[in-house]
Amino acid sequence: MTVTVAGGQGFYGDHVGSTRTLLDAGVDYLCLEALAELTLAILQKDRQRDESLGYTRDLPAYLALALPHVAEKRTKVITNAGGINPVGAGRAAVETAKRLGISGVRIATVVGDDLTGRVDELAGAGHGSLTNAETGEPWSSFPGDLLFASAYLGAGPIVSALADGADVVITGRTADPSLFLAPLVYEHGWASDDWDRLAAGIVVGHLCECSGQSTGGNPSGEWWTVPEPWNFAYPIAECEADGTAVLTKAPGTGGRVDFDTVRHQLLYEVHDPAAYVTPDVVADFTSVALDDLGDDRVRLSGVRGRPATPTYKALFTYPYGWSGESRVAFAWPDAYAKARAAAAIFRRRVEMAGHVVDDWLEEYWGVNALHGATVPLDGADEAPEVIVRLAWRCGDAATVARVGREMAPMALSAPPWGLTGTGRGMGGAPSQLMGLWPALVDKSLVDPGVAVEMVEV
Amino acid sequence: MGDVARIQLRDLCGTRAGDKGDISNVALFAYDEEAYEAIRAEVTADRVKRHVGSLVLGEVRRYEAANVLALNFVMERALGGGGPRSLRSDNLGKTLGGALLRMEIDVPASVAASAPRRRPVVP
Repeated sequence: MTVTVAGGQGFYGDHVGSTRTLLDAGVDYLCLEALAELTLAILQKDRQRDESLGYTRDLPAYLALALPHVAEKRTKVITNAGGINPVGAGRAAVETAKRLGISGVRIATVVGDDLTGRVDELAGAGHGSLTNAETGEPWSSFPGDLLFASAYLGAGPIVSALADGADVVITGRTADPSLFLAPLVYEHGWASDDWDRLAAGIVVGHLCECSGQSTGGNPSGEWWTVPEPWNFAYPIAECEADGTAVLTKAPGTGGRVDFDTVRHQLLYEVHDPAAYVTPDVVADFTSVALDDLGDDRVRLSGVRGRPATPTYKALFTYPYGWSGESRVAFAWPDAYAKARAAAAIFRRRVEMAGHVVDDWLEEYWGVNALHGATVPLDGADEAPEVIVRLAWRCGDAATVARVGREMAPMALSAPPWGLTGTGRGMGGAPSQLMGLWPALVDKSLVDPGVAVEMVEV
Repeated sequence: MGDVARIQLRDLCGTRAGDKGDISNVALFAYDEEAYEAIRAEVTADRVKRHVGSLVLGEVRRYEAANVLALNFVMERALGGGGPRSLRSDNLGKTLGGALLRMEIDVPASVAASAPRRRPVVP
């Protein structure tokens, strides 16, 4: 039996309408991966404004497309759109179904990833608990107040929900590829210690979780030859019980699936490719054989896996002040020199005004804003135009705004001549910054709180 | 080694960069087996660390994925503190792959001669 899983969303902000191509293709499972680390910061701001939010608000739009197919039992939907409020997302899903007059659909919500209220207990769970997995810092140096904390759950709760007849499964923070592994475990009956097959499912998930990034989006090869790049292609994996799969794309779309597009995604956001740690299995991405079959089909085989670790990754987040920015442009002659002078004058005026700035960043667009020290500066003095972007961090939004107001008067009263904006206005509204603290948490401390709630509409 | 030639990585490989917290990973994908062996020999973690300079404040580690002719560089403290707290425009490091492609290395002349040197054609 071949099971088809498809990646219909790669992030919060992806193109909703392109999902239709996957539904029309009749995929068995439409998986919507909505959460990047940055997304959590956006959702946290939403929830601060309104307790009922904290999930990705495009979920109802996706469901409006998918639910008619779901109701006809042609497809099922699995998503981590719940963000930091899966219960709120579940409620929104039920409301969407009712609004569309859909009935006979079972909507499951997975809870238990939220660790926010349990931090003291977890931190006291043993020596080295909640040590920063990136920097090695002990929990005692966690900077400031906790905003929220969530564990990356695995495929297990989704498999349970499917076994209980769920047509739509909404989770909070579930590891991205586990969204895709879950239906394969459920449909193919893979054992929880069948490490090679679980790893194969993780590879499928990893290749589908970023929507078009495996099927012709963001390729560094001959990107200019990708067919109909405006007609986004999203990935479909045809998965066999033995763990092999073929990665392809929805019919009638643009894009491309070949060895090159697939290998680009294979290493995306990967550290040690021989040990890709997920909640379900440690997958060896160096074991994957990619066979380019032509016609936008790449076969995946040979995947090896090792036993899962006893821990979940969890993210603990803290407020990190506010940022502001200002962008102004200068043209030839001496554009780079004028931009640097403007930056120095601006910073001096901010200092004179007594605004407390905790951090500054200067970027020179057109010179080396993005590639920094790797860019040779020969020729910078003759650059046809340069934008200077100044960014700053302060303790509060009001100070950030006051700093920003020091720029505009320079257009008339500061020496570098020809200062212009880069569009309407010179910068954006103050933006709240958030720090991430990744740590490992024993599964045994998280699993008892994990549950699936089912609603039938 | 016989004749050698200097070549920019952009002519030997493609790239994609990803982010986790303050860590950026940049993968280099060689266009063929010979190019892979050439970058494997020349593009060391130390060399990348020197090349990226102040873009990356922490350690650079290298991993190999021969099945896809790739080297993966994991760069710590590379994103101005991590996506949601970084002041950088490119707070996720999406463009850092290109920064690596700027590097020049010495390769066997035969490898340089057969490098694809692809350039965009955009109407």
